[in-house]
Amino acid sequence: MMKTQPTNLAAAPNNWREALAERFRQGNLGSLPVIIGLIIIAIVFQSINKNFLTPLNLTNLMVQIAAMGTISTGVVLILLLGEVDLSAGQVSGLAAAVMAVLVSRHNLPAGVAIIGAIVVGALVGLLQGWWISSFRVPSFVVTLAGLLAWQGSRLRVLGDTGTINITNKFINDIANYKLPIWLGWVLGIVSVVVYTLIVFNEYRSRRAAELPTGSLNGVFWRVGVVGASVLAGVAMMSVNRNANAAGNPIQGVPSAVIIFLTFLIIFDFITQRTRFGRYVYAVGGNTEAARRAGINVKRIRITIFMLASALAACGGILAASRLNAANQSSGDGDVLLNAIAAAVIGGTSLFGGRGRIWSALLGALVIGAIANGMDLLALKSSIKFIVTGAVLLLAVTIDAASRARRENSGR
Amino acid sequence: MTATEAAMPVLQLRQVSKRFGAVQALSNVDFEVYSNEVVALVGDNGAGKSTLIKTIAGAYKPDEGDYVFEGKVVSVNSPRDATDLGVETVYQDLALCDNLDVVSNLYLGRENVRRSGLKYLDLLNETEMERRATEVLRDLSVKIPSVRVQIANLSGGQRQSVAVARSVMWNSKVVLLDEPTAALGVEQTRQVKDLIMRLRDRGLAVVVISHNVADVFEVSDRIIVMRLGRRVATFHTARSTNEQVIGAITGAMLPSNAYGEAE
Repeated sequence: MMKTQPTNLAAAPNNWREALAERFRQGNLGSLPVIIGLIIIAIVFQSINKNFLTPLNLTNLMVQIAAMGTISTGVVLILLLGEVDLSAGQVSGLAAAVMAVLVSRHNLPAGVAIIGAIVVGALVGLLQGWWISSFRVPSFVVTLAGLLAWQGSRLRVLGDTGTINITNKFINDIANYKLPIWLGWVLGIVSVVVYTLIVFNEYRSRRAAELPTGSLNGVFWRVGVVGASVLAGVAMMSVNRNANAAGNPIQGVPSAVIIFLTFLIIFDFITQRTRFGRYVYAVGGNTEAARRAGINVKRIRITIFMLASALAACGGILAASRLNAANQSSGDGDVLLNAIAAAVIGGTSLFGGRGRIWSALLGALVIGAIANGMDLLALKSSIKFIVTGAVLLLAVTIDAASRARRENSGR
Repeated sequence: MTATEAAMPVLQLRQVSKRFGAVQALSNVDFEVYSNEVVALVGDNGAGKSTLIKTIAGAYKPDEGDYVFEGKVVSVNSPRDATDLGVETVYQDLALCDNLDVVSNLYLGRENVRRSGLKYLDLLNETEMERRATEVLRDLSVKIPSVRVQIANLSGGQRQSVAVARSVMWNSKVVLLDEPTAALGVEQTRQVKDLIMRLRDRGLAVVVISHNVADVFEVSDRIIVMRLGRRVATFHTARSTNEQVIGAITGAMLPSNAYGEAE
């Protein structure tokens, strides 16, 4: 009989190089590949075209990806469960159509039209999630059926005219409004301060509980990098972007960017820090284990499908606002595939249970940057599709390889 | 007579029978386990070990017979009823989430939270969970690189240890282990066996299902042999031999009274 002995907690890797090697060995690279990818993309495009890394272009890029990124945020939630949602693009289009019809044809107030569109999205998600978890039909099939049905619904809602222009100022401002410069700075500074407080508070409480903490230096670095990125972003978007210095200044953080980032922060918080988030990862990792732990798997599934479709609706609203219209191609074409590709490129696993909400931002940035950079170079969209496809393939391969390495690392 | 027999069993089944269609999986089986003891449940395939364990765990409701916990007849209709009594089961598949770290797995479904008003939006109290998890694993001498490592990165023995630790974290009194060493190598089997003996020394009643008679002799205090749905023999491990137990399992050599070694 062995006597009790202190737990052999191996010393935490004490420098970043060891930590990185360890994560690579375990197949836990997370967002690292995509961040490296983004840096490479930026270097390549900037070296070909000096207009790539300019305040105007980067701000445009952020606005361009807001709708796709919002839809992709919902897709990340679905992928975390180990499911897939092929209806997201069409749901976004349906929501845009509902909003446009309510506000332009029925002259309802903007708020009612927006809420109506989001409710339609949530109901679609409720129906799909309920169907999937009640009849054990694969989500792939249910949402594929949804893809067709919601496309039909959108065309029906739009009616004969096909395109509905939106003249409502509030709705058009959702994506196109630019915050006053002072407000941009206030939001930026407040969020950096709050983030700093959270990080240091965590450090302090772990110290108090005598748990291992990273070095204080590491904490400063984290806060420093995040704080500097946020403030640099605000500074960049506060510059006058109008090439014609004599014309009306174009400056301030676009509202679309704020809305997208707000969704990211809210859903990252929910997935990382709440009981619900923990259960989502548990269901995605091992459904049977989650069930045996007393988790109501069906409720989690239905809730996630509702949230994802509601987010798709929000993405559709952003897209319609940016376009000032809803039309027969709203939510069509590459909307769905870009949203799924963004989630996967950003580092969320297709196999369920692994990934972060932030991958929606990172992946959307990659796809957006490739599209944007190639537009600057006036390349044909054929090339754009091929390159985006190649990047997606690369991302999924990294995911699969990490998974294989994980499976070999333990036993 | 050993000291344990004088005491009351913490958990007892009396004359339990269970039938699946034409198959009589259990017929009039008595079962008892005491605190501070490891009981091994052995038998060939189809002997009724799994049915018996699942009955104890609350997954099956017996057709006849009583479930007695701490001297009182209780009604156990679901696994939840069993865990509420303090009867925890570690199945062979361990039911761990590979993608979550050790802390999250230990607390899965019973998270330590700060209430927010909405159950699902309760905030996880990670610091407290990690502190307690570290403590429990240290008490049990479970060796893992860190409590924040994902289950995917642990060895089979470490996973088994985490699953066992989870089952004893919640003031449980009886722990059922289904083939805890089946898929493990020599060193990992050693770790798990040590852990089983530490559980006993902490006063738990441990029931181990195993195919491996050699392993059973190392960890158990008593050995209960099942054969064709009946309990056919019971041995005090210290006073029996491998051959006797194997004889009882195969039916080649059945002892005529309750405790085989007394013959």
